[in-house]
Amino acid sequence: MLSRYGLRFAALSYLTLLLVLPVAMVFRRAFENGVGAAWDAVTTPEAKHAFLITIVIALIAVPANTIFGIACAIAIVRHRFPGKGVVNAIVDLPLALSPIVVGLSFLLLFGTGGWFAGVPFEVLFALPAMVLATIFVSLPFVVREVVPVLREIGTEQEQAASTLGASSWQTFRRVTLPAIRWAVAYGVVLTTARALGEFGAVSVVSGRIVGKTDTLTLHVEERFQSFDYVGAYAASVVLALLAIATLVAMSVFKPKEGR
Amino acid sequence: MIEARSVTKQFGTFVALDDVSVEVPAGSLTALLGPSGSGKSTLLRIIAGLEQPDAGRVLIDGHDITSRPPQKRGVGFVFQHYAAFKHMTVWKNVAFGLEIRRRPRSEIKDRVTQLLELVQLGGLADRYPAQLSGGQRQRMALARALAVEPNVLLLDEPFGALDARVRKELRAWLRRLHDEVHVTTIFVTHDQEEAMDLADQIVVMSHGRIEQTGGARELYDNPANEFVMTFVGEVNQMGRSFVRPHDVEFGEGDEALVERVVHLGFEVRVELRLANGEELWAQVTREEAERLELVEGARVRVRPRHAKVFG
Repeated sequence: MLSRYGLRFAALSYLTLLLVLPVAMVFRRAFENGVGAAWDAVTTPEAKHAFLITIVIALIAVPANTIFGIACAIAIVRHRFPGKGVVNAIVDLPLALSPIVVGLSFLLLFGTGGWFAGVPFEVLFALPAMVLATIFVSLPFVVREVVPVLREIGTEQEQAASTLGASSWQTFRRVTLPAIRWAVAYGVVLTTARALGEFGAVSVVSGRIVGKTDTLTLHVEERFQSFDYVGAYAASVVLALLAIATLVAMSVFKPKEGR
Repeated sequence: MIEARSVTKQFGTFVALDDVSVEVPAGSLTALLGPSGSGKSTLLRIIAGLEQPDAGRVLIDGHDITSRPPQKRGVGFVFQHYAAFKHMTVWKNVAFGLEIRRRPRSEIKDRVTQLLELVQLGGLADRYPAQLSGGQRQRMALARALAVEPNVLLLDEPFGALDARVRKELRAWLRRLHDEVHVTTIFVTHDQEEAMDLADQIVVMSHGRIEQTGGARELYDNPANEFVMTFVGEVNQMGRSFVRPHDVEFGEGDEALVERVVHLGFEVRVELRLANGEELWAQVTREEAERLELVEGARVRVRPRHAKVFG
């Protein structure tokens, strides 16, 4: 009895101390000069632009990784091809690799003397590189959510559909996709969270041009470095609210677990 | 008519089918019978187009369909574990093939209603597969396969996942259904009683080969080899010869000791040990057992009424 309460107390204090308290502090500091000041801080042209860039990046990176993630998961689970094991392992690379390394590798690829230096439009220090970096770091989530579910549902339903006359596209749309939809949704939520919160890789490849290549996370740091604490904390609150919205979406999409 | 000609299939080094040829007459109900690993499911899946043979051909009504994908073969397939579309209602499951074929809505409605009546699921159209029993799910899967009016109905151990009572019910029901619908049907089973009960023709398989093809009576009375003799029906071995338990005759022959007498209603099972140590059992009626005074410890003489010896 005592040990059970002890355990709960330990878990709750750990969470409070490390998660709830810091986030609560951010909220408190953001609003310490009143709601008006915080509102003004997040509606400056720079802040609004950073918000816009963050959303645009997420709107490109998330659908791209969703489509690629589903295709990749199907390839890993349903097909046999040489190098499959390598593909399966490489998908996890972005989880293991520090984002700063990802950013630097993009600098090498697209910078002066890099393999792709000759691309006829601006990549580095512009939106394309930021999107690419974000796609890279948020790539594994849909794949990792969908793979085990695909394995679990097996191939019999798909085979049944094919004997009933369904083409492979019809089978995918009517049988496979509905069967994996919760895994996809959950993967999309995780991908979104990662895309919105990415700092390291984007920081390296963006060049951090205020009002041009600033994302919300970069904006927070820039404001902080300029001693504009209300501005930094208020933008942080926007990020935190986005994160909370993502969390809510996550709990909506996760109804099956534990019931 | 369905024909497989010299079909061979290997999985890695395992030979699933070794030069198998078989003919299934149109309108018949044929069983592929064999132990697990005998290649019976692989043969069925090759006929359906779910597997490709390494060599050999498959013909339906004289047309070579070996390279045709499953979508274009006109087969209905029923899986052991139902393969129900879990996110669709019973109605949607059965309507699936018709919707794929873009049949008019009214036709789909009539056909699905009619099929659900046929498989006695009329009241459960709005249920999801998870809300059905195993037997109901399998009947739904059957209706789904029949909806597209296949030329051939293929069933892979259709009752294998069901309990004994439901299995018997469904068996009788499938026989009646086949009498009504007359679609050429092949089913895979490892249960010899099921095969003998249902099928017009039984194809006995082992180790990727066909051991014998024939009616239930023919296989039982004239087994082609030791495998068929031992796999179809009960059998005793006396030296090199094989004897059915009901062909053990009492009164003359070798001396034996009655070790155990089991009463199974009308039938009595008598377990014997011969003087040379061999064990066998005899199947007699209750009257015979009383007349011959077969009790534990009795000494009797037995000989085979019919016996078979294989090369």
